[in-house]
Amino acid sequence: MNRRTLLKSSLAASAVAVAVSAGLMTPVQVLAAYPKAAFEAKDSATALSSALGSGSYEHSDGIKIKAPDIAENGSVVPVTISTALADVESITLLSESNASPLVASFKLDGSQAYVSTRIKMGKTGNVVAVVKSAGKLFANKKEVKVTIGGCGG
Amino acid sequence: MAKSIKLRAKSKKGIVTVKALMNHPMETGLRKDKKTGKLIAAHHIQQVTAKADDKTVLDAVWGGAISKNPYLSFKYSGGKGGSITLFWADNKGKSDSVMGKVK
Repeated sequence: MNRRTLLKSSLAASAVAVAVSAGLMTPVQVLAAYPKAAFEAKDSATALSSALGSGSYEHSDGIKIKAPDIAENGSVVPVTISTALADVESITLLSESNASPLVASFKLDGSQAYVSTRIKMGKTGNVVAVVKSAGKLFANKKEVKVTIGGCGG
Repeated sequence: MAKSIKLRAKSKKGIVTVKALMNHPMETGLRKDKKTGKLIAAHHIQQVTAKADDKTVLDAVWGGAISKNPYLSFKYSGGKGGSITLFWADNKGKSDSVMGKVK
């Protein structure tokens, strides 16, 4: 960690502390153990290991990613993940080319292994879906070409 | 706050498909204000929880890379007539929830 990120993260932490003490946030909302570090990680491996506890995964064709080959507008890229794998515990979505690759993590509890949402992509890159199934991580990826970026600007 | 969630849940052959649209700016904190050149502060949904008849079926954490006015769809096993509750909370401490019936 360099000096800049250290400063940034300590600032953010104190901001949260102030908000809590000011009663702006109820403990219920804070407790959700939001993996802030994972969302701020700059590469997929770091993001994955801090979100799921492990950065390594096996490739699996059993995970289906439905996303456009070419996204005209990177700020709205529809992505649908479904899988035939059994005992799916969570689905984590990453966009490798984003400044912070982690997009979202869905913990599934008794629900079907299906999630559909819309994500932002900064530029052309892989959309990676990591599925935690029976304690193991499986992943598949799909490249999406982005003509207009949706991050920064 | 006005209702920020549109929710629709339909059951077909024992599987409920939920589709939800939330109203939220979803600022990443990386975007710049074109007039002032300053960064717009991050403001995005961090947590989304869905409960079907008081049982949590989906618990998600989101980053700023989910699109503005997020759309979310998921499925779970369940029949008609049940209830589904969707809740979100953002990084500024705001939250909202909505309850719907499975049709």
